[in-house]
Amino acid sequence: MIEVLAAGPLTTVQDSGRPGWAHLGVPPSGSADPQALALGNRLVGNDAGAAALEATLSGPRLRFRVTALVAVTGAETEASNRPLEVGAGEVLEVGRFLNGVRAYVSVRGGIDVEPVLGSRSTDLLSGLGPPQLREGDVLPIGREPPTAPQLDLAPPPPFPAEPTLRLLLGPRDDWFAPNALAGTWRVSPSSNRVGVRLEGPPIERIRHEELLSEGVVTGALQVPPSGQPILLLNDHPTTGGYPVLGVVHADDLPLAGQLRPGQRLSFVLRHSGASAGTP
Amino acid sequence: MIEVRRAGEHGVVLELQDNAAAVRVARGLASEPGLVDVVPGHRTVLVTWEDERPELIKLAEAALGDDEAAPIGAFVEIPVRYDGPDLDEVARLTALSPEEVAARHMRAEYIVGFLGFAPGFAYLLGGDERLRVERRVEPRERVPAGSVALAGPYSGIYPRESPGGWQLIGSTTTVLFDATRDSPALLSPGDRVRFVPA
Repeated sequence: MIEVLAAGPLTTVQDSGRPGWAHLGVPPSGSADPQALALGNRLVGNDAGAAALEATLSGPRLRFRVTALVAVTGAETEASNRPLEVGAGEVLEVGRFLNGVRAYVSVRGGIDVEPVLGSRSTDLLSGLGPPQLREGDVLPIGREPPTAPQLDLAPPPPFPAEPTLRLLLGPRDDWFAPNALAGTWRVSPSSNRVGVRLEGPPIERIRHEELLSEGVVTGALQVPPSGQPILLLNDHPTTGGYPVLGVVHADDLPLAGQLRPGQRLSFVLRHSGASAGTP
Repeated sequence: MIEVRRAGEHGVVLELQDNAAAVRVARGLASEPGLVDVVPGHRTVLVTWEDERPELIKLAEAALGDDEAAPIGAFVEIPVRYDGPDLDEVARLTALSPEEVAARHMRAEYIVGFLGFAPGFAYLLGGDERLRVERRVEPRERVPAGSVALAGPYSGIYPRESPGGWQLIGSTTTVLFDATRDSPALLSPGDRVRFVPA
């Protein structure tokens, strides 16, 4: 059992989420930096998608009632990227983040809250899964997995100060002026797990009719009438009525999940090519 | 004719003629192995896959040509009280009496076009054209669960308390979404719906 002494600004339980339920309106959820979640779980010997704690902006303070093997990954902290043994009764203080915005606390055995639709993730948009952590909560730890911790890992590269995200154009890139995404964009403080809101010169539309609602994926860059795009993260609604200019490459989603308010970023556009229209 | 639009490395949006075609293709693809999500929209289907891109056009065309795959959804009756805070406003906008708004809303048979916005939130098509109203200028921060609402061509029911901008004309106690049920959403794409007096 883990006792929450201080929850931090926003700490939730996240695993690999709820893919496969989008047709019923259920968001994917899951960790916003899946690479960091997988690394933390490897360090403690869990399955890559086991449930961990996702802390936002700064870390929680946790008292372990039993001895546990723990790893902190994602946003860089004093304790990052190595397995830590926390003794029974000891306190893990995740503390301040040196960069990035989301850190993961993985515990050998995983956070064993009740799964909902196959996932233990907190969905902040829909209210599925456990609520965000509060002081005084007690979290169960799951059974030890048969797999051993893997320690022979190179440390992950630091987050770039001004990242460039690869964006595959479509499905609605033809609704916008060419070069609409040139230049740098600034991350708005109103960003959250639903989406990263970007500020910059308004994106110009060349088609002005209303889009009939259609399915959207994590990483989609959705453009509302204001022209200020929203990069959808894991708790995004499953359908949307704003055209999507392009989708961030899956390998760059971990960077998107670590964007800090005020940070600048740019996009490098990739065309889906003529073959996109053929099966 | 199916138009294919790219939606990331592992997804496409199939653009179809109308909602009936979208529902049909979505149902045809639903149990295809290797796919992650098959999400109908108003007249599109978003398809995402795990590793290998499947032969989607062939599968979609087969679904469109296959009468067996035609949307024969469940028939669901939803008991409603027409007591919504926007009922008078909808009556004013449509130049009908509140009683006529309710009567026309109950007379239509709806088809679940697609879901979205929230778990279990169904966009119902096929309503009375006369009841077509715009969304509210000022969305509400809190719409109660079970609110029956109108916006554009759609009717909908809010499954849980949430923000919302649709015109609220009534309420139901029917549970639209329950994650512990075998099929968590009461309404699925292609189902037929009728509103009846509570």
